[in-house]
Amino acid sequence: MARFDDKLAAHQRELAAAHKTSSSHGGITRRGFLIGSVAGSTMLAFGVSGAALAAGSDGKGSASETLSAGAFEPTMWYAIATDGTVTVHITKSEMGQHVATSLARLVVEELEADWDSVKVDYVDSAPKWGYMITGGSWSVHQSYQPLSQAGAAGRIALIEAGAQQMGVAVESCKARKGRVISGDQSLSYGEIVAAGLERSFSEEELAAIELKPASERRVLGTRGNALDVPPKTNGQAVYGIDYTLPAEIEARVGKTLHARPVMPPSRFGCKVTAVDDSETRKVIGYRQTIELKDPSGICQGWLAVIADNFSAAMRATDLLKVEWSKGDSYQVDETAIQAEGQRLVSSPSRDNGSLLVDQGDPAPLLENAATTVESTFTTSSVLHFTLEPANALAYEEDGHWHIHCGNQQQSLLTSLVTKALELEEGKVTHHQLYLGGGFGRRLHGDYAVPAALASKAVGRPVKMIFTRPDDSRFDCVRSPSVQRLRSGLDAEGRVVASEHAAAAGWPTAALMPAFMAEAIEGGGKLDSFSISGADHWYNVGTQRVWAQQNKVAHEAFVPGYLRSVAPGWTLWAVEQHIDELALAAEQDPAEFRLALLDAEGRNAGKAPVSTGGAERLRNVLKRVMEKSGWSERDSLPADTGMGVALSFGQERSMPTWVACVARVKVDRATGEVKLEKLTSVVDAGTLAHPDGAMAQLEGSLLWGVSMAMHEGTEYREGGPVAQNLGAYQPLRMHQVPQMDLEFVDSTEMPVGLGEPGTTVVAPAIANAIQHAVGVRLRDLPMRPAALKAALSEA
Amino acid sequence: MANFTLNGKAVSLEVDPQTPLLWVLREHLGLTGTKFGCGIAQCGACTVHLNGTAARTCVLPVLAAEGGDIVTIEGLAENDDHPLQQAWVEEQVPQCGYCQSGQIMQAADFLKNTPVPTDEQVTAAMAGNLCRCMAYVRIHRAVKRAATIANERATSQVSGQQTDATAATAGVGTFDPRATAGTVSHSAVEETSHGKV
Repeated sequence: MARFDDKLAAHQRELAAAHKTSSSHGGITRRGFLIGSVAGSTMLAFGVSGAALAAGSDGKGSASETLSAGAFEPTMWYAIATDGTVTVHITKSEMGQHVATSLARLVVEELEADWDSVKVDYVDSAPKWGYMITGGSWSVHQSYQPLSQAGAAGRIALIEAGAQQMGVAVESCKARKGRVISGDQSLSYGEIVAAGLERSFSEEELAAIELKPASERRVLGTRGNALDVPPKTNGQAVYGIDYTLPAEIEARVGKTLHARPVMPPSRFGCKVTAVDDSETRKVIGYRQTIELKDPSGICQGWLAVIADNFSAAMRATDLLKVEWSKGDSYQVDETAIQAEGQRLVSSPSRDNGSLLVDQGDPAPLLENAATTVESTFTTSSVLHFTLEPANALAYEEDGHWHIHCGNQQQSLLTSLVTKALELEEGKVTHHQLYLGGGFGRRLHGDYAVPAALASKAVGRPVKMIFTRPDDSRFDCVRSPSVQRLRSGLDAEGRVVASEHAAAAGWPTAALMPAFMAEAIEGGGKLDSFSISGADHWYNVGTQRVWAQQNKVAHEAFVPGYLRSVAPGWTLWAVEQHIDELALAAEQDPAEFRLALLDAEGRNAGKAPVSTGGAERLRNVLKRVMEKSGWSERDSLPADTGMGVALSFGQERSMPTWVACVARVKVDRATGEVKLEKLTSVVDAGTLAHPDGAMAQLEGSLLWGVSMAMHEGTEYREGGPVAQNLGAYQPLRMHQVPQMDLEFVDSTEMPVGLGEPGTTVVAPAIANAIQHAVGVRLRDLPMRPAALKAALSEA
Repeated sequence: MANFTLNGKAVSLEVDPQTPLLWVLREHLGLTGTKFGCGIAQCGACTVHLNGTAARTCVLPVLAAEGGDIVTIEGLAENDDHPLQQAWVEEQVPQCGYCQSGQIMQAADFLKNTPVPTDEQVTAAMAGNLCRCMAYVRIHRAVKRAATIANERATSQVSGQQTDATAATAGVGTFDPRATAGTVSHSAVEETSHGKV
C-alpha cells in the first residue's frame, strides 16, 4: 500500500539520493548531522548531510571543511552567529499560517535558544531541500521530528563545547535561553560559537537523541507572537506582487518590463487567429503584444501585453482586439460535468477509478437490510480567490532562470518552467516571497510559465500580474462533485453496510500524475485528494468506497487543490448521510455517532500519529455536545435547529480530530438561513504555536461558512461564471457567526491545522437546517432559493 | 504632471492622468503597502486616506487626487505605532496579511470619526473590507482594542500594561460580534484559561 504521502516521502528520498550521487562524494547516502563553520562566514551551521559520517569519522575532513567545500550543500536547518542570533531556514511557504514561527519554535524548544534571538529565512529552491511543498496541513507534523532532532543535536553540541570552554563537566551543564549554564558560570551560544565548534552526529547518534518530555517544554504549547505579524501591519511585508529586482541585477540583465496575460476563451485548444493592437497603442507605456508559444501546453492560445508598467499593460489589454479559434473545451459546462458525475456514481467501476476502501461487497447486506438509506450529494465549482492575484517575475542570467513569486510547491513550479522553456534540469531557481493567500492555489506553479515565456520572448526580465478576472479564469478550481451513498440498517438500527462513490476531477491526475498511488492493495491507483474523508472512522459494517475520475471535468479546466480538497465534498456527503441514518434509526445524531465510533479494528488508531483513534473523535464530540448545549437541542425556538458534524482532517495518516455544532435559524418565507453560532472542539495533539493554531481554526471554520453559504460558481463557456466580487461573494464581517472554540489539551504528536476546520461546517449547517425545518439540502453551496423550493415541496 | 501630498511630503510626477492612484503609489512611487485585490473597489485592499477620508485607489484616476493630501499605510504613524497597528500586533490579527493595510486604513478613518464604537458600528464600518483568510474575529477585536488604546493615549493614561499574545491563553477562543454594545473590553481577558496553553 502506498498512499500519496508515502509516495511523497519516497520521492523525497529519491531526490536526496540523486543529489548526493551527483556530488563528488558519491556513494555516501547516510544522513547524519553536521555542525561547523562555513568559510567566509562567522556563522555556525547546523545541518543534515550525507557527508556527516565522512567528515566526522573517517578522518578525511572536518565538519567545517566539508561544509565550506560546499560539496554536499548540506541541508542547513539553522545557523548561529557570534552575536547569538539563530537563523532558522524555512523551506515552507508563509501564506498566513505563521509557519516560520511554528517551525522555529520546534528548533528553539530543543535547542534551548532565546526566542528573542531568532530570525527566519525563506530559502530559495534547491535540490538539497528535498521535495519543496507546503500543503496538506503537513508542515508542522512532518517537520516535528527532524527539526526537533536538529535542535536537540545543536543543544548537545553547544553544551559539550561550553563545558569544555568553562572547564566543567558536561553533566553539570544545562542550556536555557541561549546560554550554557553550570552553577554560577555561563556562556552564551554566541560566545561558544565565536570560540569555534566542530561536531558531527551519525545517523544512529541522531536517531538515539531523545526529545524532551512534554513536561519539560518551554516553547511548544505556550503563547507567543508570530514573527510575520509586525511587517504585515505597516506595509513592509513583501509579497510576490510587490517584488522588484534590485538595481544591481537590472544593471546586468536589463530593466524589468511589465505584462498582463491575454487569455483565450477557454483553457484548452484555442488558437489565435487575429490580433489588432491599434487602440492599444494609444496607452502611454504600451510596448507590444506577443504570442506565447508554450511547448508544455499550459498556455494554449495565450498572448501577453508588454508595457513599461503594469497599469499600462492592464489598461492596454482591455483595448486589445483578439480573435481565436475556440477549442472544444469551450463547450464543456458544469451541467455536462455533473451529468457525467451522476453517470459515474450510479455504476462505479474500475474503468473510471479505483477503490479507497474495500471490506467486501456491501450489496447483499444492503439487499437484506431492514432499512436502506440512499442519497446523492453534489457540490459546485469553488474558486481559490487568493486576494493577491497570480503573478510572477522571471528573468534569465547566464543561462539560469530566476522566478520570484509566492508559491506553495517550488519543486513543481521549477519543473513546469523547465519544461516550458525547454531547459536542462537544474536551470531554474524559485525565490520565495510572502503569499497573499495560498489555500492550495499556489500548489500549482502554472502562473510562472507565461511570465517566463514572456521574458524569454522579449529578452528582459518580465513581471506578469493577472487581474482578478484573469486570475479567476486561470484558477485551478475545486472540481464540482457528485456522490452517491447507500447504507443499510438492521432491525436494531445498527449500520451493517455502506457503499460510497464519489466523482470529481482529480487534481493529482492533472498536476502530478506520478504521485497517484494505490490506497489499498490491488485497489487501483487513485488520487487520494479526490476521495479522502470517505475513509472515515465510523464503523459502518461492510464498507466499500469508490473514487471515480470525472474526465469531462478535465476537459474544461485543471482541477486544483483547494483547502482540505476532497473532504470539502466527501464530508458534505458522509456527515449528512450519517444524520440520515440516525433519523432512520430514530436516534439522536450525536449519540448515534458516538455509537459508531467504537475505536475497534482499523479505527483503533496507531501510535504516534493517530494514537487513540476514533476514541479521540468521541472525546471531541462529547465535549462539543457539552459546550453547545446539545441536550437542549429539542427545546430551541421555532425554525431554529442544531446540527453536528465531525472531521478527521484530510488523511487517516495524520488525523486532526474536529467536532462542530452549528445553530441556525431559518426564515421560511425567504429561505434565508441565519447562522447563529458555531461551537467547535479540536484535538490537534501538541500545538506548536497555540495562537497560530487558534487563528487557523477561526479562519478555516469561517472558510467553511463561506463555502457553505456564500461562495461557489459554475463552469460555463470556458471559465467560471463568477470572476470577481460582484458575483463571487466570500464571507464578510457582518456574516460572521458567534463562535465558541476550544482545543483539547494534548501532548500527542502535532498534526495539521490549516485545513481541518473548513470541511466540518457545511454538513453541520445542513444538519442544523434539517433539524430546524425538516428539509435537507444536498447541493453545495446552500442557497436561499434552494431551501425555499425544498420547503414548498415538503 | 500630477501633484499631491503623500505622507506629508509634496510629490510631483509625470504620469498618464488616467492611471489609477493605486498604481501611481505602487509603481511610480514604490509604496507597495497598498494592495491590488479586485480592481473594482469591492475588496478594500487598496484603501488609503485621501483628504482625510478612506478611499479605494484601484479605480481612482490620479487626476482625481490632484492637489490632495494622501496618506498610505507607510505614513499612517511615525514608528508604525498608530493605535491600530499596536492593536493589530497585540491581537495577532494578520494571517496572510495581504488585506491588512486596507483594513487598518479603513479602521483608522472609522475610529477618527467614531472614537468609542459599538460592536455593531465596527462590523458595519469594516464589512466592505474582504479578508480572504477570514481573520474577521481578530480584526473586530483589534478595532475595539485600538479604540481603547487611542482613548487611553488621549487621556494620557499611557498603558504600562502593553500586552501581547504571551499574556493570554490560546486554548479557548470566543467571538460574539453582538456582545454588549459600547464596551471596549479586551476579548483575550474574556477567554478562560484552558490547560497549559
